[in-house]
Amino acid sequence: MTLSTQVLAAAAETAGQVSGGEKWTFFLLAPLAVIGALGMVIARNAVHSALWLVLTMLSFGVFFIVQGGPFIGMVQIIVYTGAIMMLFLFVLMLVGRDASDSVIETLRGQKVVAVLLGLGLAGLLGTGVHQATRNMPVAGLDLANANGNVQGIASLLFTKYIWIFEVTSALLITAAVGAMLLAHRERAKGERVGQVAQMRARFEPGNYPGPKPGPGVFANSTSVATPAKLPDGTPAERSISPILPTRELTSAEIANKHTEGK
Amino acid sequence: MILAPIGFLAEDPATGDPTLVDFGHDPWWIVLIKVVGVFVFLVVMTLFTIWYERRVVARMQVRPGPNRHGPFGLLQSLADGLKLAFKEDIMPLKADKAVFFLAPVISTVCAFTAFSIMPFGPFVSMFGTRTPLQLTDISVAVLLVLACSGMGIYGIVLGGWASGSTYPLLGGLRSSAQLISYEVAMGLSFVAVFMTAGTMSTSEIVNAQAQGAPVNLGGFEFTAPSWFFLLLLPSFVIYAISAVGETNRAPFDLPEAESELVGGFHTEYSSLKFALFFLAEYINMVTVSGLCATLFLGGWRAPTSFESFWPGINSGWWPLLWFTIKVLLLLFVFIWLRGTLPRLRYDQFMRFGWKVLIPVNLVWILALAFIKTMQKQQMDGWTKVWFVAVPLVVILLLALLWPQKREEPALPVEEQVARRPEGSFPLPPIDLQVPVSPRANRLTAERETVPATDDVYKEV
Repeated sequence: MTLSTQVLAAAAETAGQVSGGEKWTFFLLAPLAVIGALGMVIARNAVHSALWLVLTMLSFGVFFIVQGGPFIGMVQIIVYTGAIMMLFLFVLMLVGRDASDSVIETLRGQKVVAVLLGLGLAGLLGTGVHQATRNMPVAGLDLANANGNVQGIASLLFTKYIWIFEVTSALLITAAVGAMLLAHRERAKGERVGQVAQMRARFEPGNYPGPKPGPGVFANSTSVATPAKLPDGTPAERSISPILPTRELTSAEIANKHTEGK
Repeated sequence: MILAPIGFLAEDPATGDPTLVDFGHDPWWIVLIKVVGVFVFLVVMTLFTIWYERRVVARMQVRPGPNRHGPFGLLQSLADGLKLAFKEDIMPLKADKAVFFLAPVISTVCAFTAFSIMPFGPFVSMFGTRTPLQLTDISVAVLLVLACSGMGIYGIVLGGWASGSTYPLLGGLRSSAQLISYEVAMGLSFVAVFMTAGTMSTSEIVNAQAQGAPVNLGGFEFTAPSWFFLLLLPSFVIYAISAVGETNRAPFDLPEAESELVGGFHTEYSSLKFALFFLAEYINMVTVSGLCATLFLGGWRAPTSFESFWPGINSGWWPLLWFTIKVLLLLFVFIWLRGTLPRLRYDQFMRFGWKVLIPVNLVWILALAFIKTMQKQQMDGWTKVWFVAVPLVVILLLALLWPQKREEPALPVEEQVARRPEGSFPLPPIDLQVPVSPRANRLTAERETVPATDDVYKEV
């Protein structure tokens, strides 16, 4: 009892003060976090957008560490920045490198409304949190971290909040299993094509078993829309994908590359 | 993530070795010396490891390896590094300029940062100041390494994406999937160490391995092995495997598989940017080896039995040598794997990570938690034995009596041949008699001895 009151008194004394290192870290990283958040919204390229968000998340992780929560800070960096943002990036990379957002508004006045609604949501959340925590007694981090930060979190998580913790994990597992079920495709037994059948289909008349020809040494263009050239210079029609629209070739593209006399 | 320590708190071994409270009191110039020291250690280790790898692989392949520059060719990697710096720096036309530049920087910074919590030794005297031989330590030090390796992936992935070329993109995609998968297995293998040591700080994990804990099992008193690699063997094995996956080394070097993807994510990189990637990869190897030594091989301590004939073996600057020897031995294993094993296929590799390493690890953590809980109970020896034996017998019985999929009896060969689908590859007759090769006689015949004359060599 006496120990806890002492710790409380010490926490109350230091509550108003912020150490120099913490202050400087905040003033250095807070603008970076805001810049990252703005950059995420403004950046055209989806991957750049994700990278700006990574900057913001990293700053958050450092904020947690500076404010006496090293465990939550590290977990923020490992789980959110290291794993979840990486999965985002994984998908964005598959979308394609030059896929940028178009600047044309599909809905009229969409941007203005979005900004107004965003400001409204921020104001609502801010006042709500302020109202809820205005008269809340502050125990201080020293008390919370008295037995070590990780031990403190563990004892709370596995005693007082065990029910919430377990329910959340059950919810997440359900979501993961659901996602797997939705993405899973059950193959019927007869649907699988054996190696022998694949081989027969490959060598059937009308199907050329080798790879399709590339542009060829005589070609003057590497575009996929220009046909490859056979060794005698005639265009190989098979080299063009049937989904591509037929295209008028310029004389420069039709002409053979000059390979003699060099 | 469940990273909370469930086990007992490690007792301070009262050896006076550094613990968490001893950090953060150094004057600024000591910190500077330590930072420069760690930097120099890593760069020298990188140069040495490149030479070491080339020499060891050469030895395994019965050839000399680099032996021209300096004694035993030791300066070869320095010469290569200097040459690399003076090469032309190529920026591909389609590259995303800013990200292309940023990627190797991210990789290198993360690689260096991860080493800041590595304990090299106990208290030493630096210019009259008593300080632990470790740059810094925090209460979640091991997680810092995980965070750094998680951020280091960005370097590889962004490098692959920003190159604007197909093979690097494929390499980057492969590595992001690979590193995330193996980071999970790696993080889970730390959990057993945290549970046993009761802490995540590296210096205290080393302290926890100073002495083996006395164990009383069913009336038998014995001392448990002090180093965690024996005590937590499954975790050690899983860590060792996932460390190879985490550093993109053979047989798990799929992101830079040169027979499939040219150079993988760094195909388009040249000059110093490529050198940074190279540096980061080798530093990562040193980091995972150092972490392995710290978590499982007693850190900077020499084996306990050595202390009986050299009492000062674990004091002063000597532990730096023991730590380096452990790291070099672990690096040898990396090189040995590269010299021995072929590359895995991608789907086999992912299946191995998700369906073998992670489930085995989870079961092992559960079993360990059970053992720890048993140890804390106030029970006499025989009750403990019952508590261990009954679940064990139940599990064994379940495994024994679990309904198995009935295997169909193997058909005779004629039947198998008859069942092959139409158009299958023709088979030789089953009763084929292979005639003895006419060469066989010649090979077994005695060779003529050729008189050794010098003339043969003079002509050439």
